[in-house]
Amino acid sequence: MSLVAELRVNRGGFLLDLELAVPLGRALAIVGPNGAGKSTALAAIAGLTPNAGTVRVGDRVLDGLPVEHRRVGYVFQDYLLFPHLTVLDNVAFGPRAAGASTTDARDAASAWLDRLDLAPFAQRRPGQLSGGQAQRVALARALAAGPDVLLLDEPLAALDVELRADVRAELAAHLTDFAGATIVVTHSLADVEALAHDVTVLERGRATQRGSLAELAARPATPYVERLLAAAG
Amino acid sequence: MRRSFLTPALWIPAGLAIGLLGLPLVALIVRAPWAQLPQLLSRTEVLQALSLSLGTAAVSTAVSLVLGIPLALVLARSAEWPTVPRRLLRALVTVPLVLPPVVGGVALLLLLGRRGLVGQLLPFQIPFSTTAVVIAQVFVAMPFLVLAVEGAVRASDRRFEAVAATLGASRWTVLRRVTLPLVAPGVAAGGLLCFTRALGEFGATITFAGSFPGVTQTLPIATYLELQRDPDAAIALSLTLMAVSVVVLVSLRDRWVPGLSS
Repeated sequence: MSLVAELRVNRGGFLLDLELAVPLGRALAIVGPNGAGKSTALAAIAGLTPNAGTVRVGDRVLDGLPVEHRRVGYVFQDYLLFPHLTVLDNVAFGPRAAGASTTDARDAASAWLDRLDLAPFAQRRPGQLSGGQAQRVALARALAAGPDVLLLDEPLAALDVELRADVRAELAAHLTDFAGATIVVTHSLADVEALAHDVTVLERGRATQRGSLAELAARPATPYVERLLAAAG
Repeated sequence: MRRSFLTPALWIPAGLAIGLLGLPLVALIVRAPWAQLPQLLSRTEVLQALSLSLGTAAVSTAVSLVLGIPLALVLARSAEWPTVPRRLLRALVTVPLVLPPVVGGVALLLLLGRRGLVGQLLPFQIPFSTTAVVIAQVFVAMPFLVLAVEGAVRASDRRFEAVAATLGASRWTVLRRVTLPLVAPGVAAGGLLCFTRALGEFGATITFAGSFPGVTQTLPIATYLELQRDPDAAIALSLTLMAVSVVVLVSLRDRWVPGLSS
């Protein structure tokens, strides 16, 4: 079983033409320069942007399904925790939307907070969290909704540089427990190495290279990949 | 160094403006018959007008919330509409803000009066009833609420709604649990402005609803009429209306209306 996405998005002259396949239980990184269409690709999979192609998870076709029925979790770069809800209720939002009672939803959310070492923060407001904590809450919130697919848009970009290594390691540990397909958009080869099994390079709306990080490093296909490798040392 | 542009030539007109805004209120407070105030305010017709005013303003605010919040949401999301209907809608919402209330009252009569466009089809009469008071107040006050809520909706990040949808929330759930809570301060501010405006409504009310004690004679109308009969009572009523305004102004602190109390 895999997530299979054929993405054909035309956004005011910009064309995204990308095919992706991510087996469940595995993670794909998409790297590419700004404006290459990385976020557009995530939005198309989530159903937030119209897609002329097709998206399937196994044999479940997502095309035409509204966002709320796709079971595609989306963690935005700046997390977007609901500021009017406590951490607990942020995480309980998905179970609640699925029809659970307030009590059941909070129980489910508590279990996720425990798993992600967030239990002490359950009654805090998002504004009272550090960047790393907010990132984990956003992850817990997305996972608590029970998605088949998890989309992470630059999950570490909003964090201070000195925090990134720790948060990255934690995120990697939690992602290995996730049974669905993960796509991580990033600029950083360190993220690719820690979080993803495979990588797709996206430039100007098209894939210019696919493979493992080792394959990319061995044979960079474009000047962008060369620069990326050079910057990573 | 920054030179102040506050020359005496600016202070003189500015001082006059301050006087023009402040002195009438001072006069009201100074000339108020404080000793007789409890007795003046406990008269039946005063209490009648006061309770009618508070009651109708509360109902008008409730109606404005029920109808105005959806309108504000439509207005806030009309950005993708073609220019002409978008501007027409916005103009329609703004008109009652600039229209003399008396004209609003005349227009309401022409629509809902006994021989009005819609009024002639109705089996009951609306003008000169308490219902007419509420309709006149809604007409004049609802735009304040709509514009306050619309501003809050526009300012809020729509990606919160996208996140909520990816978490499985239907559009109705998103509205109820994300969009509206996020704009709650705007709704509160708009509701308070709407209530004050409804409470002070005079022109449209007296034109469309008349001045029947206990039925349509609201506090502002009673104040105006008392001024001919018993000026002290009029002052007492004015003080009451002013007290309500002050309470609202204090409630609308910076959190709700930026710049109001900087």
